[in-house]
Amino acid sequence: MDLLNHLLLGFGVALTPINAAYCFAGAMVGTLVGVLPGLGPLATMAMLLPITFNMPPVTALILLAGIYYGAQYGGSTTAILVNLPGESSSVVTCIDGYQMARQGRAGAALAIAALGSFFAGTVATMLIAGFAPPLADLALQFGPSAYFSLMVLGLVSAIVLASGSLAKAIAMVLLGILLGLVGTDVNSGLPRFTFGIPELADGIGFVIVAMGVFGFTEVIVNLELKGTRELFTKKVTGLWLTRDEFKAAAPAVLRGTVLGSLLGILPGGGALLSSFAAYSLEKKISRHPSKFGKGAIEGVAAPESANNAGAQTSFIPLLTLGIPSNPVMALMIGAMMIHNIQPGPQIVINQPELFWGMIASMWVGNLMLVVLNLPLIGMWVRLLSVPYRVLFPSILLFCGIGIYTLSYSTFDIRLAVLFGLLGYVFVKLGCEAAPLMLGFILGPMMEETLRRALLLSRGDPSVFVTNPISLCMLTTAAILLGVVILPTVRKKREDVFVE
Amino acid sequence: MIKIRNPRDFWSGVMFVAFGGAGMWLARAFPYGTAARMGPAYFPTLVGGLLAAFGLFIGLRGLAVDGEGVGRFHFKTLLLILASITLFGLALEPIGLFGAVFILVVLASLGGHEFRLRETVLVSAGLAIGTVLLFVYGLKLQIPVWPSF
Repeated sequence: MDLLNHLLLGFGVALTPINAAYCFAGAMVGTLVGVLPGLGPLATMAMLLPITFNMPPVTALILLAGIYYGAQYGGSTTAILVNLPGESSSVVTCIDGYQMARQGRAGAALAIAALGSFFAGTVATMLIAGFAPPLADLALQFGPSAYFSLMVLGLVSAIVLASGSLAKAIAMVLLGILLGLVGTDVNSGLPRFTFGIPELADGIGFVIVAMGVFGFTEVIVNLELKGTRELFTKKVTGLWLTRDEFKAAAPAVLRGTVLGSLLGILPGGGALLSSFAAYSLEKKISRHPSKFGKGAIEGVAAPESANNAGAQTSFIPLLTLGIPSNPVMALMIGAMMIHNIQPGPQIVINQPELFWGMIASMWVGNLMLVVLNLPLIGMWVRLLSVPYRVLFPSILLFCGIGIYTLSYSTFDIRLAVLFGLLGYVFVKLGCEAAPLMLGFILGPMMEETLRRALLLSRGDPSVFVTNPISLCMLTTAAILLGVVILPTVRKKREDVFVE
Repeated sequence: MIKIRNPRDFWSGVMFVAFGGAGMWLARAFPYGTAARMGPAYFPTLVGGLLAAFGLFIGLRGLAVDGEGVGRFHFKTLLLILASITLFGLALEPIGLFGAVFILVVLASLGGHEFRLRETVLVSAGLAIGTVLLFVYGLKLQIPVWPSF
């Protein structure tokens, strides 16, 4: 068995003492930032990126990956106990998780969130192990035109999945692409849109944009909403599920896992979208939809499984195509480049230790999380009693330090402030920032592939429809767009996001 | 007199047209090239043009279809938070991390709902000591800690 040998190789790498230790550290730090509302995995990974410079590449990636999926575990704790999403992907968990806590079933809600996440993590790990290598083989045959169309498909799915106006989402993607072009043009060496500022010659770091439009903006918006927080400091007891709860939760975990795994692979997908979709699915197919919002265990089990599955399968496009599907994956690409690893299909073939070691570490990390998280809940709860007026300056400070240490430049901090202001304007104008981020990440790659594809075809744009792979992607993209424009679907899409 | 029926859409449109137009205008400085041999201006002009077109559509829609108003801007919070980070960045290299933390925490806390002087000073001190220990001594990052005289 090829797969078995590969997995053995992977576990051999993941279980060396140093890698296991960093996997543990990553998972714990991830849980910590997941528990704290407002501090996300992206800021944390950016802060810790400089210390990974001296590590072996596989160790660095294991640590960073651990932070990402650890945060998915931590986010649910805050959602259930405080009715506040610790992580954006736990927004829907608040609805029923908090109600369960009020009914004295906090322990059960936390347990199903952890167990569901573990199950989903296991399945997603197996999916990556099973599907990534053949996909990488396929990807090796992609020419520039296929790559370009693939990215168009990715952006279209991000647009379709964004909430609110379709036209605004498209405009945000385009704006993102335009911002991504700032810096020196690779082909001509000319500085574009840099206004003569030398710091902009290398382009704008996406961490700067992400911290600005997500990190800073979120703090400001949170401060505007004068919300009171009710913390469940009561002792969490009874981690075991009753038989009825288990019966209700098990199929929900399964459905959440499947849905999350599928949505995680899509560019623009990942943890956030998966949890939303899983919750609406559960509500739709439930025989007692009225129970939702009043402490239905399915409403915790499905989205929590889905977000963990989505967080992990979003590594598939990264590892097989070299395309990041969300800002966290873009940071992973950055980390790979620092270690001289070219992200893309060749990783699977040329660096099997790295690829399989990382996959095995994800499963190991998930196991550590489920074993450790439940006993440690008391500690996380105490952390949550820190009031927001103390927390938000700390978040700003950590973001500031994270931005500075990326290239030790205070210019980057000022630039991030500018993006914070822009992000605030976006919020006020009802423009969602996620599509902008994806456009920003993919923009330079799109220009490069478009340039190469048209160079090869001597300027003939029909290459995008004569190449079968490219045609296939563009058709899918067109169908997706066409479907959302249909009035009935449009109405439904609005309903889904209202929930 | 034209009435803005959906200020959110209208002003979004204005913003997108401004960005798209600026992109196209700034790209004029470079050679455009042909489809087969794209110059540095080709792709930005294309994207900027598309952006301006979508902006125009969104803006016009804002004149035609009713919708929500632009949310209220909380200028005090916005300015204090952004100023706290900006000044942190400006202070970091000349006076070091330790002092910069105080600037950030105090200014940012002024932007919150309730400002408690004692608590803010304590939090600043705690964070200053904590971050110096963690990042400079623990993680060995090259951040200046004290003023450089």
